[in-house]
Amino acid sequence: MKVLGLILAGARGKNLGPLTRMRASAALPVCGKYRAIDFTLSNMVNSGISKVGILTQFSPRSLMDHLGSGKEWNLDRKTGGLFILQPFATETSMFWYKGTADSIFQNMTLLRRGEENYVLIGSGDHIYKMDFTDLFRYHFSSGADVTVVVKEFDESYDLREYGIVELDGKNRIVNFEEKPKKPKTRLASLGIYFMNKDLLMELLYSHVPEGGYDLVKDIFIPNINKLRFQAYIFDGYWRNIKKGIREFYRINMDFLKEEIRRELFYKHGKVYTKLKDLPPPKFTGTSRVSSSIVSDGSVISGTVMRSVIFRRVRIKAGAVVKNSIIFEGTTIEEGARVENAIVDKYAMIRVEKMVIGTADYPAIIEKGAVI
Amino acid sequence: MKNTVALILAGGQGTRLGVLTEEMAKPAIPFGGKYRIIDFTLSNCVNSGIFRVGVLTQYRPHVLNNHIGIGRAWDLDRKEGGVSILPPYMMANEGIWYKGTADAVFQNMDFVDMYNPEYVLILSGDHVYAMDYNCMMEKHLSKRADGTIACMNVPLSEASRFGIMVADPEDRIVEFQEKPKKPKSTLASLGIYIFRWEFLRDILIDDSKDEKSTHDFGKDIIPKIVNQNLGRLYIYEFDGYWQDVGTIRSYWESNLELTRPIPPLNLYDPNWRFYTQTEEMPPAYIGDEAVINNSMISEGCEIHGVVENSVIFQGAKIGKGAVVRNSIVMTKSEVGEGSVLEKVVLSERVKVGKKVHIGFGEDVPNEEKPELYTDGITTVANDVRIPDGIKIGKNCAIFPRVVENDFKGDLESGKILRRSR
Repeated sequence: MKVLGLILAGARGKNLGPLTRMRASAALPVCGKYRAIDFTLSNMVNSGISKVGILTQFSPRSLMDHLGSGKEWNLDRKTGGLFILQPFATETSMFWYKGTADSIFQNMTLLRRGEENYVLIGSGDHIYKMDFTDLFRYHFSSGADVTVVVKEFDESYDLREYGIVELDGKNRIVNFEEKPKKPKTRLASLGIYFMNKDLLMELLYSHVPEGGYDLVKDIFIPNINKLRFQAYIFDGYWRNIKKGIREFYRINMDFLKEEIRRELFYKHGKVYTKLKDLPPPKFTGTSRVSSSIVSDGSVISGTVMRSVIFRRVRIKAGAVVKNSIIFEGTTIEEGARVENAIVDKYAMIRVEKMVIGTADYPAIIEKGAVI
Repeated sequence: MKNTVALILAGGQGTRLGVLTEEMAKPAIPFGGKYRIIDFTLSNCVNSGIFRVGVLTQYRPHVLNNHIGIGRAWDLDRKEGGVSILPPYMMANEGIWYKGTADAVFQNMDFVDMYNPEYVLILSGDHVYAMDYNCMMEKHLSKRADGTIACMNVPLSEASRFGIMVADPEDRIVEFQEKPKKPKSTLASLGIYIFRWEFLRDILIDDSKDEKSTHDFGKDIIPKIVNQNLGRLYIYEFDGYWQDVGTIRSYWESNLELTRPIPPLNLYDPNWRFYTQTEEMPPAYIGDEAVINNSMISEGCEIHGVVENSVIFQGAKIGKGAVVRNSIVMTKSEVGEGSVLEKVVLSERVKVGKKVHIGFGEDVPNEEKPELYTDGITTVANDVRIPDGIKIGKNCAIFPRVVENDFKGDLESGKILRRSR
């Protein structure tokens, strides 16, 4: 069995305001040195997938810069490896991808060529760790045509933006509703699908040319009774970084919890990311750091509490950073105070300036800003 | 630098590093939180634009071989050139070990000839420094030299540890003394040489036939060239950071120096990066009870205790209530809850149990090797497991793979502990 991995990474992440002005949501920085897409990509590589296509569309520069040749994920291969699939113009037409199914359809060549017989579709926006080989086993033992990964969410989670499924006693999906106003169950699809490659090609050929551009709405839902859709229930940590600024902030803060670090970094293989060859972070004589993540190349002389510090950050003596996320290359000068904030890359918080938000509405400082 | 081949001599044991080099060669010793000593020389080569590199190994090469691999971390995985590891090999009739530094180069003459270079750069994998070899090459070219030797002014008291040179006002070397008792100058050779390959090649062939020679650059080749006036050797004075880190004390000092606000070796220079091969690990996590001052904490670390004036390598864990002071804790080592370490060099993958004390008691000289284990520093080699509640004194040394059962109670200052079989 050979599996082709496809990662949908074209989303704009319109709920994330200034953070996604210049970057695709899949390229959002997470936990000190990662980008959102690292998790799905590493999951695929750790599950033995050696050919991965990444479908990009919106602001792909930072994403492409991050992925490079795929070297860090062992995807710089003679056969297979990493394929970055962007919308393209031909002699007769210029298309943007009109939907998830359309984006795969337009890159049909990748599916047609190659000896893979199965396809795993995932999203670049999700933060989770999953051993896909277990999903593959489930797919075969359950006799599914399409396996959809689902998770049960509690009442506090807003499911209006999700696909909601109803299952029979054998976890077969009997009803699949896309973004319902009133979800009937708490079981939501995580946007991870596994199926036979030829079946996917057949479905795409028969629906996309007729205007069925969305994989779930136009292809899966109309076929819910004709094909066997099985639900694979995932009960680990899973978050969608695209959901909004508050969620982005919480996801980063989640990494301060030991059980979450255990699950995301030490279970089912490692999480790989672009290397930057920086020296270890240095803590000088005036530093006070607690409950925080600090990344390579940073120099900490100030106070840092409950924060995620990315690479090459300078926190000068007397500066205070609390409950905040500080992106790469940012400098917080002497006496400045940053609380409940997200400070984007290469920003500069000048001497004695204050940046203060709340846990529900973190303050955001844009890339390269000087305060 | 396209017509230059660099040869890095990485076969030495580094005996003065005691138990640290028991299972690996000196160039493979970890340094500065995530590097190994050879990374500095390899990075200097790449940063200087030299992409044809041979690494000559001999003593305990496994860690080194594994670390260098195909040179990917240094961008030395090349279509043409790149890095080659050159161990001693068999010939038709016999296999011989490298008899000395010059012999090591002589035996790899074919490797150098393969590239047909104009110049060879002979380097040592034992030193920590940042040097642009282009500057040295400029000097070599402007003097139309046959050979150029990098050197540095050292204190007179230390001069007898080095090869000492006397140069004329034109910088041409007129005398060379290897480790002299009475040094005539303080210009010490750093073991970094540029030679015209054609010139060196002839000298090496001659030397290989000389039965009296020990086939060493410092002892034989350089003095021979100078004394018999075989060629024009010049000095290149270097004024940057260079450290031999040859003793446990200097190794310990050079590491701790990096934790100062502005250390002499700048690891943070974006124009002169040091590259290394490391395992992928998440960023360091600093717990809520942690106190960290004047220290470097690497990726994958989980710090819950107190860390002061210390260098903590990748993936190390410091438990709650533990105190690590003036110490080096290498990759994947763990310090259990409530343990206290003072002036300790802890090698890779050491497990220190709970409530262990290391580095306490009187400053008694080491019973076997007082010249190695000095200054109150206790050295623990790789893969040692120390049981809960044990007390270990100063100037102690623990050999690799010592486990719980090998401890018969506390270890007093100045003792050495080996694995019992």
